Amino acid sequence: MSPQSQDKAPALVVDNLRKTYGNGVEALRGISLTVQPGDFFALLGPNGAGKSTLIGILSSLVNATSGDARVFGISVNRQRSEAMKLIGLVPQEINFNQFEKPFDICVNEAGFYGIPRKIAAERAEKYLKELRLWDKAQMQARTLSGGMKRRLMIARAMMNEPRLLILDEPTAGVDIEIRRSMWQFVSAINAAGTTVILTTHYLEEAESLCRNIAIIDHGTIIENTSMKRLLATLDVETFVLDVTTIPAELPSIPNVTLRRRDEHTLEAEMARSHDLNSLFATLSVHGIAVTSMRNKTNRLEELFVRLVENGRHEPGRERAA
Amino acid sequence: MSSNAAANLVALNTLVRREIVRIMRIWTQTLIPPAITMTLYFVIFGKLIGSRIGTIQGGFSYMQYIVPGLVMMSIITNSYGNISSSFFGAKFSRAVEEMLVSPMPNWVILTGYVAGAVVRGLVVGVLVLVIALFFTDLHVVHPLITFASVLLGATIFSLAGFVNAVYAKKFDDIALVPTFILTPLTYLGGVFYSVTMLGEPWQAISRANPILYMVNAFRYGVLGISDVHVGWAFVVMLGFVAALTVFALQLLKRGVGLRS
Repeated sequence: MSPQSQDKAPALVVDNLRKTYGNGVEALRGISLTVQPGDFFALLGPNGAGKSTLIGILSSLVNATSGDARVFGISVNRQRSEAMKLIGLVPQEINFNQFEKPFDICVNEAGFYGIPRKIAAERAEKYLKELRLWDKAQMQARTLSGGMKRRLMIARAMMNEPRLLILDEPTAGVDIEIRRSMWQFVSAINAAGTTVILTTHYLEEAESLCRNIAIIDHGTIIENTSMKRLLATLDVETFVLDVTTIPAELPSIPNVTLRRRDEHTLEAEMARSHDLNSLFATLSVHGIAVTSMRNKTNRLEELFVRLVENGRHEPGRERAA
Repeated sequence: MSSNAAANLVALNTLVRREIVRIMRIWTQTLIPPAITMTLYFVIFGKLIGSRIGTIQGGFSYMQYIVPGLVMMSIITNSYGNISSSFFGAKFSRAVEEMLVSPMPNWVILTGYVAGAVVRGLVVGVLVLVIALFFTDLHVVHPLITFASVLLGATIFSLAGFVNAVYAKKFDDIALVPTFILTPLTYLGGVFYSVTMLGEPWQAISRANPILYMVNAFRYGVLGISDVHVGWAFVVMLGFVAALTVFALQLLKRGVGLRS
């Protein structure tokens, strides 16, 4: 494929991809999806849903049973080397030699992509500095903290300056400050044109960063849409209300379900269309003064749980792994 | 040079360089132990016992006779040990994924690891040879044959060590082959004795041992004597190199033990 047609092709096309492992586990059951160039795409799903298998196939660590994936129009199956040149992978597990130095890990990674040592050294310095690891560049990687190791894997994935960056739960176990700095970096990379695919269990991250989303469960895609459209389908919200006192019998409010959490906290589940003023007015009439309130969960999390739960209750569905 | 060929060359250079850095970083584990072990062999078998044996074949002292065998033994075990521990270590730590997700072709991965292991074999071989010179005089009769046999011997056992590492699932698996196969074959491969000293069927059985051909080709290069025809020894060694290379590349292509 010529560079011109590569530019026009979607960043990723997954076409009826299936994977059945040797032990009979059907991890992917004919997945198809498209990611456009420049997108920040969330790939979500519960544990064992098939996300890592899909990422494994995209990065050629897992062989697909059938179907294909094309990265900027290049088949991962048929033109593996060409496709891999376009991908940067930040895996879920730490997978570098912990006895090597971060600088060497980055320079060697670039070497595996055929990037000459001089350019590799410049890029290693650039990305280690951007990810605030330059002062650790000559230390053994095993001495780095968990957050630093994760940032090192991002720096390493950037060495071939990929057009598609795949992040598989990159912030697992990372404190909030480092997580934010990581997202600043990845957002800047995305703004500069790199397509990003993200899997995470921190759904507020996906909600705030990603423009499009696919949810996988049982090896199939149960939702694939834009983040805005998905969030718009949310019709119920739950608020946590801190109150002064709670009467023995909770008031009955139309279209609102009130639950007592403890002696000073109530939960109010209500339709999004329902206005909050009438809720406060009714509570006030019953002598309940609200001192503060917050959302019980973020919106995406609520939708995610609902979608996955619905999928599980569909008749004839059995969990793959 | 095409851009792909240039990229492969950079990748190969990176891999070999990384392997050499690893050998030097842990030199107390990679270079010193074989030097100490071989010094003990020279002292005990060469000096103490060897002085009572006298000449063994072609008028050479027992010490002179065992030096080529011990050098080859060091090369074989260190090439094998280097690649099996390095590649299995990469598998165990999942660092092998750095290479598997890169555009590097399989032959570059194999050549890089084999080259690293051959370098360690050669460095250890030179070290052992230098130590041997403290105990006896040696004059290399056929330098080219000496070098070729060392190179082929190291390559064969690097490839074998790679295959072992690909199949290995735990560290025990890379210790089993050296303990139960490599060591017995080495000791029975004419390092310490000439197979012509054995009666039948042991002489015929010994000729099925590939290490016999490596030791004797090397001994022919250094001393000019051999239990087997040197041409035949090179045919056997080249055959092993070809067969193991094809097998190792097939394993990488199928992703055995590496890709699911």
